[in-house]
Order: sequence, then C-alpha cells, then structure tokens
Amino acid sequence: MKNLKFLVVGVVFGLALTKGEAASWYRIQEMFQFQSFHMYGIFMTAVPVGALSIFIIRKFNFRTANGQPVIVPTKTYHHGVIFGGLIFGFGWALTGACPGPLYAQIGAGYLVTVATFVAAMIGTWTYVMVQKYLPD
Amino acid sequence: MEILYKPWPWYIAGPIIGLTVPILLLLGNKKLGISSTLRQLCAACYPAKLPFLNYDWKKELWNLYFAAGILIGGFLGGVMFGNPNPVVITGTTTMYLKSFGLTDLSGLMPAEIFNWDALITVKGFIVMIVGGFLVGFGTRYAGGCTSGHGIMGLSALQWPSLLATVSFFAGGILFNHFVLPIVLSL
Repeated sequence: MKNLKFLVVGVVFGLALTKGEAASWYRIQEMFQFQSFHMYGIFMTAVPVGALSIFIIRKFNFRTANGQPVIVPTKTYHHGVIFGGLIFGFGWALTGACPGPLYAQIGAGYLVTVATFVAAMIGTWTYVMVQKYLPD
Repeated sequence: MEILYKPWPWYIAGPIIGLTVPILLLLGNKKLGISSTLRQLCAACYPAKLPFLNYDWKKELWNLYFAAGILIGGFLGGVMFGNPNPVVITGTTTMYLKSFGLTDLSGLMPAEIFNWDALITVKGFIVMIVGGFLVGFGTRYAGGCTSGHGIMGLSALQWPSLLATVSFFAGGILFNHFVLPIVLSL
C-alpha cells in the first residue's frame, strides 16, 4: 500500500505525457525535424522546474515525507552515456517513444506497442548479456 | 467540458513533468527514471545467471507502481479524455509524412505502420521491433533515458546526463534525417 502514492504520481505523469503529446510519434518526428517548438518547450520548462525545485529543497533542507534528508542523485560518467545514448536516439526516432511513453501508449489503447515494449525488454536483456564486451 | 479533450500546451505539460522530480524525492528519495523498470521486469521474468539482473528488484517496486500509473494516465489521456482530432503538427511535417504515404495523423502514432499485421513486414518490424530493441539496449547502456538523464539528471545538474541527453538527440536527429526516410520508403 505504501507504493500507492507512486501510482498516483505516475497517473499525473502519464497524463502529462499523453495530453502534452510527448507520447506522440508525430511530435517526436516533428521535433527531430526542428519544425516545432512544442517538444523543446516541454524539455525547456520541465528541466528548470525540476532544477529550481531541487535548489529549493537543498536551500531550505527539506526532508522527505518520513523525515529523511533528501539525497539528490548523482550520475557518473562512462562511455555508455554517449554510445548508449546514440543507440537509444536511433530507437527513439524509429518508435517515437522513450520508455515512459511506451507505457502511456499501451494505456492509451495502442496494444501493438506491447510488441515494441517486449522488444525493449529483450534489448535491455541483450545489453546485460553483452555488457562485458562493450566499452564502458 | 471540451477543454478536457484538448491537448495540453507545452507550458502546462512541461512544468508538470518537471514537478515529478521534487515530488518523488520528497515522497521518499525516489529518482525519476523509467528505463530502470525494463531492467526490473527482466530481472523478474528471466534473470538467468546475469549478475546485473540478480538483485532484489522488489526493493524498487515503487518504480513499477509508478509505471502502472503512467499506463493509467495514458488511458485517461488517450481514451477517456482522448483528443478526437488529429495532432496539430506543422504543415511541413504533415507534408513530409504525407510524402511517405502517411495521411492518417490521428491518435498517437500512424496506424499505417503501427498495427499487428505490419509486424511481419520489413518496415513494421524495423520500426516497432528493431526500434524497441534499440530503445531497451541503448537506455540501459546509457544508464537512463529521457526521464532519468534528460529530466532527473539535468535537474540535478549532472554533466554525464547532459552528455547523455545530447547523445539522445544527436542519435535521433541523425537517424530521423538520414535513415528514417529509407525505412519509411520500404
């Protein structure tokens, strides 16, 4: 039950992805064609809102709901950030979806996206299999 | 009530997406990131003997609840309050897609490509299956996706996430301009 609140946050997030058309294949193609500001506008508002929130959390030492100090995650560099990033970019251009929108599309009734989703799982699984042979 | 069915402008959708970052942190130090659910589902379904998949995935169960929420959000936004009109993309993109025979711009994706029968065509297989594979492979290799690196990582001012996000876009832009036209012409 303690996880139910995350489901609620997910609903709002999924709603924003769908109604904001970030889960739209057309919007993603339009973005890569530099034809519209729409998707860039989403990123350019989401990131500052997130960054400002983190700044405020740090500044006023906000704690989590159960009184813990907030730990802002760090990401360490490895070459996968670039190589994996490019590979994901290719897939993004094909499917018009990143992992979040895949869930949103299935929920929106595009059941064929389940096939894309399973392919993504197989992709993740394959990466884990070949991980040790790739430049990290 | 018509407003409920209209798509949201970027200045509404963007800030709401951004706000999930502090909300998840404040609800229990959770990091926004969706590609990790793919890893979790792999660990749950078929971990084999792979160390990267043999971990206590149930500890991060919240993430699957979050993903289930996105599914419900997709239902609400795409079915219950779905936009009955085709997406309003720019005329140039409309013409561009039309040049590949994509005339029906309703819903979230072109039904001409994304359907079960198309899965066994070369075009459909490349778009849906190869595309999905690359999404799953690439995000795990990069250690995150548009949400984990692009929103969460950038919000936390992590420079590896900036490199990742630039790479996502570089890959997408290159592919969209040089390879996708070939795939769509198949």
